[in-house]
Parts: sequence; C-alpha cells; structure tokens
Amino acid sequence: MGSVGVLALQGDVREHLATLSALGVESARVRTPGELDGVDALVLPGGESTAIAHLLVTSGLRGPLGERLESGMPVLGTCAGLILLAREVLDGRADQWGYGALEVTVRRNGYGRQVASFEAPLELADGSSVPGVFIRAPRILACGPRVEVLATYAHGEGPDPVLVRQGPVWGASFHPELTADTTVHRLFVESL
Amino acid sequence: MSDTQTTRTGSTLVKRGLADMLRGGVIMDVVNPEQAKVAEDAGAVAVMALERVPADIRRDGGVARMSDPQMIQEIQAAVTIPVMAKARIGHFAEAQVLEALGVDYVDESEVLTPADEENHIDKWAFTVPFVCGATNLGEALRRIGEGACLIRSKGEAGTGNVVEAVRHLRSITAMIRRCQSADANELYAIAKDLQAPLPLVLEVAETGHLPVPLFCAGGISTPADASLVRQLGAEAVFVGSGIFKSEDPVRMAHAIVEASTHFDDPSVIAKVSTGLGSAMRGWETSSLDQRLAERGW
Repeated sequence: MGSVGVLALQGDVREHLATLSALGVESARVRTPGELDGVDALVLPGGESTAIAHLLVTSGLRGPLGERLESGMPVLGTCAGLILLAREVLDGRADQWGYGALEVTVRRNGYGRQVASFEAPLELADGSSVPGVFIRAPRILACGPRVEVLATYAHGEGPDPVLVRQGPVWGASFHPELTADTTVHRLFVESL
Repeated sequence: MSDTQTTRTGSTLVKRGLADMLRGGVIMDVVNPEQAKVAEDAGAVAVMALERVPADIRRDGGVARMSDPQMIQEIQAAVTIPVMAKARIGHFAEAQVLEALGVDYVDESEVLTPADEENHIDKWAFTVPFVCGATNLGEALRRIGEGACLIRSKGEAGTGNVVEAVRHLRSITAMIRRCQSADANELYAIAKDLQAPLPLVLEVAETGHLPVPLFCAGGISTPADASLVRQLGAEAVFVGSGIFKSEDPVRMAHAIVEASTHFDDPSVIAKVSTGLGSAMRGWETSSLDQRLAERGW
C-alpha cells in the first residue's frame, strides 16, 4: 500500500492525518493536482461542503479528482466528504455539484443545526460499537443496491445508515477523526 | 444498543468540533441576505450576521447591541453554511435569544458595547458554542475556562489595519512557546502571571497549542493580510469590514478565500491580488478614539 492523501483545502485535515499516522500509514496533504498524483488513496475530510467544492474548482482539482474516482482510487469521505461523494444531495445550494460516486441520497444538515449536533454510540455490522460525533451532519436517507451499510445509528426514527461503502468508495456521515477510536480508518486502510 | 438515551447534544467535543470544521476557511461579516449569498458563493465557511459592520459601528457611535432576530433569520434562510451572531460581553440574555434562534456559533464580542464590566458569560451553561476574542494567552485561557470553544485574536475591528491582529496573534503564540520551554516549577508562576487556570496552562505547555482552535480577526483587508496571519499561526480568518467596504466585494471575497487556503504559496497570493481594486480605506490605529480590543479582560 502506498500513501494516503488528505484533501487539505479546508476542514479538519489535521485530525485525519493524526489518525492515519497513529495507524502507521504514510499520509500527505493534497491541495494541488500534482499532490493528488502522488497519492494512492484519498480522504475527503469534514468541513463546509460548499467551501470545499468551491476550492476544488479554483484549485484545479475538480476534474483530476473526478478522473481518479472513475479509475477506482479508494476514497473515504467524512461528513462534508460524504456530501461531495453522494449521488443526490437534498437541501443543498441550487448549484451544488458532487461526484456522484456513492449511490446514496443525503440531506444536508439532516439532523438539524449546530444546537442539535450530537454524540452517540454507533453499531457496526459485527455488533461492536464505535463512538459517533455528528456535527451539522448529513443524514443518509436512501442507499442504492450496490451500497453496503457498515454502521448504523439507532434512534427514535432510525436506524440510519451512517457508514457506507460502494466498492472503493467509503462515506461516513459522522467524524471518526474527532475521537481516539481508529476503527473506521483501520477498516478503510485494511481494504486498500 | 445505541438509543436516544445515549444521544448527547452540546458536548464539548461537538461544540469545539464545529470550530475544527471551519479551519482553513474564512468567516465573513454580512448585514443582509444578499451579502450572505455573496459570501457563500465565494466559498466562505460561515457568515457572521450583524446589523452594522465594525467600520460603521465605529463611525456611527452609540450603543451597539445584538442584531434584530428577523435579520438573523433572513440570513439563516438565505445560506446553507453556518450562521454566527454576536452578543454583548456579559449579556447572557442576548446569548439565550441567539441560542433560541438556532444560530450555530455565538460571538461574545468586544465589537458590541459591553453589558457587564466584570463578568463574561458562563458559556458552559449553553448548548450553542461560543467564540471569544483575546489579546494575549491569559485572556484566551480565561475565556476557555468560561467555556469558549473557539478563540479569535481580537485585532482592532473596523480599521482595515492588520497591525493589532499581528500584535495579538504574536503575543498568544509567543507565550505558548514560552510555556512549552518552561520547566515544571515555572508553570505555576506563569499561570499566576497570566491570571489563567493552571490546568489550561499545563495543557498548553504539554501540547503547544490552545485546547480550542485559534482564529484571527480584526483588520484583515487583503489576501496578503490573510496569508500573513495564517503563516503566523491563525487556523482560519474572520473578515469584517474588509470585504464589503472594499471596491469590489465579490472579487475580494473570492481572493481572501483563496489566500487562506493557499496561504503559504506566494504565487497564489500574487495571482489573486492582481487587479483586485482598492481594499477598504483603513485607519491608523494611533488616530482612533475608541480601542475595541480593550473591551473584555
């Protein structure tokens, strides 16, 4: 396995780099097409999806990243990263664009504004638990047939899928990088 | 196994976490929904909704208070990015109103006229997170002790002059380095001199950074200003009057966003600064009647 990049235009880049480093994985910041060429997999971090989408365009990364996704580069998107990967985004900007690499429908801020942001334990497919941190999080409303649900959040209206995978494309509506638990990153890295 | 009983809102992790999500970005002051759209279109990570930008507060004088809730709600409806709003220092009732409106961050701000000359707001009592200004490390740690989840160096708002922002940012980062190099015996005296909570001083000495993100505010009005403060250690930038008091606010907004992301690449700063039009006029700080940064303690 080669190097895992973290898209470093905006957001909680440092936490992803620290988690990858804790797992002994070589990692690098990606802000330019040249830096993207140098990595074998990519993490799209948490942040503001509209700002990151804007900066992908102005940094000349939108096209090259799309090509890498089409060629099967493994990618893990958390929160804003999930929104950028989703096929359909509700309650976004009228001109919101995304890569559509993950056949899911998400609602931006689907659990509410910041005062509704929350922590809750999540259940993995094997029955084990990981901590979930949801910050103005997107809510996964529907998954296509090729999407595998790896973790769920059970609540009054739930359970909601919160960690999903479609081949090499992984998406989380929460922030595994904000806790000391490295399970999600480890599962992603082990899949490479 | 997981259920509603184990779902927690308003935790420190969740409150500081939103600040983490804003890192690298630009937070823009806006006074109406049209400006908020300009900010979002330009790639701002959040907007600060207020009735008058600091340059106008400075010009008009009078008591500056929390904004009209209707205006805040119109801005919330206009954009998908987080909306912040300001409460007066110590005015916990204004903060309660802002929380009830569902704003995403409350700025307990020296730009407004202070409501309490002794006490800041007990920010632990709120679900909504708070950002506070600071001119030095002691002030930053006192605010964090009161529950602030994000610190911005104060600078001198509404001046278009970056000199105070640089002074405050350098003061904070230099003192952090001093804590890191101090031996264990010295840290107690440092905490006393800073008038800061000892556990927070010990944490800074151990980690080399504040327990919460450190952003910069007050006087940033060009892409190069944004680059400067980011290189000095600010993790994101608040821009108040600098955008909508410039000659071409749309271009300035785009340029400062680019500059914050590519802060350490001078070729990008040069490109976005080219043909940008005039920045806001600005004030020499020695000519000011009122230093906003002196409010709060």
